[in-house]
Amino acid sequence: MGPILAVEGLKAYYQMRYFGTLREVRAVDDITLEIQRDEIYGLAGESSSGKSTLIKTIARAIRPPLNVVDGAVRFDFAGQGPRDIYTLSAPELAATRWRHLSYIMQGSMNVLNPVRRIQHSFVDFAFRHMDLPMPAFLRRVEEHLGHLSLRPDVLESFPHELSGGMRQRVTIALATVCRPDFIIADEPTTALDVVVQKGVLEMIRRLQREMGSSVLFVTHDMAVHANLTDRLGIMYAGRLVEEAPTRALFRQPLHPYTAHLIRSLPRIGDDTPRHGLEGRPPNLASPPPGCRFHPRCPLAMEVCQQTTPVMQELAPGHRVACHAAAQGILP
Amino acid sequence: MTVPLLELRSVGKTYAGGGLFSRRRVAAVKQVSFTLAAETPEVFAIIGESGSGKSSLARMVLGMSTASEGQVLFRGQDLAASRGRSARLDFMRQVQPIFQNPFEAFNPLTRVDRYLYATARNLTGAKNQSEAEAAADQALQQVGLSLTELRGRFPHELSGGQLQRAAIARALIPGPSLLVADEPVSMIDASLRMTIVNLFRELRDRLQVSILYITHDLATAYTISDRIVIMRQGEVVESGDARAVLAHPQHPYSIQLKNSVLSVEGAWNDDDDALAHGATRSTEGTRP
Amino acid sequence: MWKILRDLLRYNWEFTAGVILLAGVAIVALLSFVSPYPPLDVYVVAPDLPPSMEHWLGTTSRGQDVFWQLSVAIRNTLAFGIVVALISRVIALAVGLFAGYAGGPVDRLLMSVNDTFIVVPIFPILVLFYFVMRDQMSWGLLALVAACLGWAYDARLIRSIALSLKTREFTAQSAFSGMNAGEIVTREHLPYVMPVVFTTTMNNMNWSIGLEVTLSVLGFTDVNTPTIGGMIYWANQHAALVSGIWWWIAAPVALVIAVFVALFLLAVSMNEYIDPRSRLARMGGG
Repeated sequence: MGPILAVEGLKAYYQMRYFGTLREVRAVDDITLEIQRDEIYGLAGESSSGKSTLIKTIARAIRPPLNVVDGAVRFDFAGQGPRDIYTLSAPELAATRWRHLSYIMQGSMNVLNPVRRIQHSFVDFAFRHMDLPMPAFLRRVEEHLGHLSLRPDVLESFPHELSGGMRQRVTIALATVCRPDFIIADEPTTALDVVVQKGVLEMIRRLQREMGSSVLFVTHDMAVHANLTDRLGIMYAGRLVEEAPTRALFRQPLHPYTAHLIRSLPRIGDDTPRHGLEGRPPNLASPPPGCRFHPRCPLAMEVCQQTTPVMQELAPGHRVACHAAAQGILP
Repeated sequence: MTVPLLELRSVGKTYAGGGLFSRRRVAAVKQVSFTLAAETPEVFAIIGESGSGKSSLARMVLGMSTASEGQVLFRGQDLAASRGRSARLDFMRQVQPIFQNPFEAFNPLTRVDRYLYATARNLTGAKNQSEAEAAADQALQQVGLSLTELRGRFPHELSGGQLQRAAIARALIPGPSLLVADEPVSMIDASLRMTIVNLFRELRDRLQVSILYITHDLATAYTISDRIVIMRQGEVVESGDARAVLAHPQHPYSIQLKNSVLSVEGAWNDDDDALAHGATRSTEGTRP
Repeated sequence: MWKILRDLLRYNWEFTAGVILLAGVAIVALLSFVSPYPPLDVYVVAPDLPPSMEHWLGTTSRGQDVFWQLSVAIRNTLAFGIVVALISRVIALAVGLFAGYAGGPVDRLLMSVNDTFIVVPIFPILVLFYFVMRDQMSWGLLALVAACLGWAYDARLIRSIALSLKTREFTAQSAFSGMNAGEIVTREHLPYVMPVVFTTTMNNMNWSIGLEVTLSVLGFTDVNTPTIGGMIYWANQHAALVSGIWWWIAAPVALVIAVFVALFLLAVSMNEYIDPRSRLARMGGG
């Protein structure tokens, strides 16, 4: 079977007019990637890399002034053949959401309605997708919670009675109770304590293994990617700059930005000096010509200022968009 | 034995919490004591998760809130006892804060350099604009920026890293002996983070400034701290030399904390990965 | 500055409409300085004439040209409204910002005073004031009293903004830059408060003009000074509507409605422009 998600040449820009000035921010600029079934695909990048915008666009959770300018987002849920999510009608889209495609948003522990018990959130969100009578539905929910080491009495609680970590687990349970084929998670553990984060990530890993779903996991934390994901894509300034199986990427990054991201992380017990990167990410309303990383890149050459590098497969499964890498220069 | 720079004696802070029908008293900080010597500058790290009381502690050290119990003494003077504007200004010449979110620490509608000039004029002897600019430029050079780069700029025109460095420069203008940095790099992108962390080490060595470095990130604390305390729910659970504590933690919570930190190298240490290690009998659950 | 005005005129129809209306009213008011008839005189022209080429809006039963009366009337009314709005803004800002920033007992004291002024029924107080002052009542005094009664709601609004600003980190950083309370409040907090101040100024002007018209129609002010309310008062005294002299009432009513609409449109459009979020977005930081 083909990939469960194929993004082709996707471009999504913010197009705004304020009192006569037109600002076009190229948040997602020509992204092409594929996610296979039963894999955890990580998306890494820093602020203003466009990763949050990309996943919102993939989930079709955007509205003007953010518009899709070009490209397609094709999902292939079991046996239905690839279909561009932007061509679906409203009822088809509603049927897809939650059942096939679910989205765990940033700060999602605040997504739960504070004046309703958890059980009602489950009923509100998931009941209609599961085609079960209410008692059977509730039993299924309890079973699911049990899988995730959540006590059934969580259903009777209000969100404020639970800790941040518990709420996040509940949100994940909510997003997965219908056993969707594809889960998008946007920084689900960023606001959590380190100890709690580990538990939540374990839960996500276990769920994925059991359900065989694909997960698109977005975070800026490279250590989380190293420990969780099967493949990893790196975004910079609205473009995908490198993509490879996680272990291969960390062992030998080919793009200077990736190399810097990995090597600048300090580690307990390691005394080698670490350094930050000079400069700042470009303004997406007026990005630099050619490769967007060239102003900060230690390997920058003349061609980097003129031509935008394209993604090339330089090793099996390992794609990079870098002129230096294409010439065999390692960062 | 000279007067210590900063001394906390059994400091505690209690907030009245709860709703209309239940007046609860929440103890955010309980019985915290430590001392920073005046002769040798050091980076003193306070590690804690959210709810550990570390931010309440920072506010007390800065004099932004008063301790409910115990005493906070700066150079022998109890902060609760000082009154009046000139005493406060004197204190601010010695102790300066660095906040977590540089984009919040600067008013988005105000140009960044104005804070530097204001600090120069109010807290040093600068009498006119050109003296203020000179002081600002000098401080900015210490952090690797310059006034020409920053002049007239608004916060959104700079990166998080540059803005945080500008905030550090502002804090350095009056020549303080203590910087209180509350999560100074947690909101900065990973690629810019180490510039600031390394800067703190330089400030200690070159400018003889002590730094109270408050964070939840064990790894950055490891790189630059001299001493460390680990806080949990308002109490200190472990303290001592940074390297020693982080290499061989003794307290169960410290051990759990260290084991929970994910690292790139740790991902492929064994065949089974770090995420599956051990039962994380986490401390979370329903609230009391 | 001119660029801002030009942008607003070009892209915001509410602003354009408001400016045009207000400009029209202002022109009428300014023409009062070249009025051929002394405003306080009566029976200078033939009474009860309908609008014509010679008397554009007709004449009143008291022998005055409606148009020229109107121009003086609108000038006085506008001046009253502006003065009241300005004075009450100053009071509202001072009380609101200071109470919000200082907190504690100062805040509680100021808010007790504030709430007293909110609860006080304004209209009866003004009527009482008139009856007590009677002949010493002047427009300036009335404006002052109205200003003292009109600041309370807005002070609370401003205070709530000040309260939220106090907890933001840039306030703490300003304090650690050595700025004192006054500097922080005026340099750091004021820009956030300006949109509210602007809208409330327009509302306050509408309110005070409405107040003036009401009091004058009922005869509680010096009705010899021509104002919009005064014109309507005299029209009622001479039973103008019943007699068919409709132009005497229609003209001031229409003009004062134009003022209200113009001020409202301006408030709405300027507010969106001044709002910090839209400012940030235009600067490129949003």
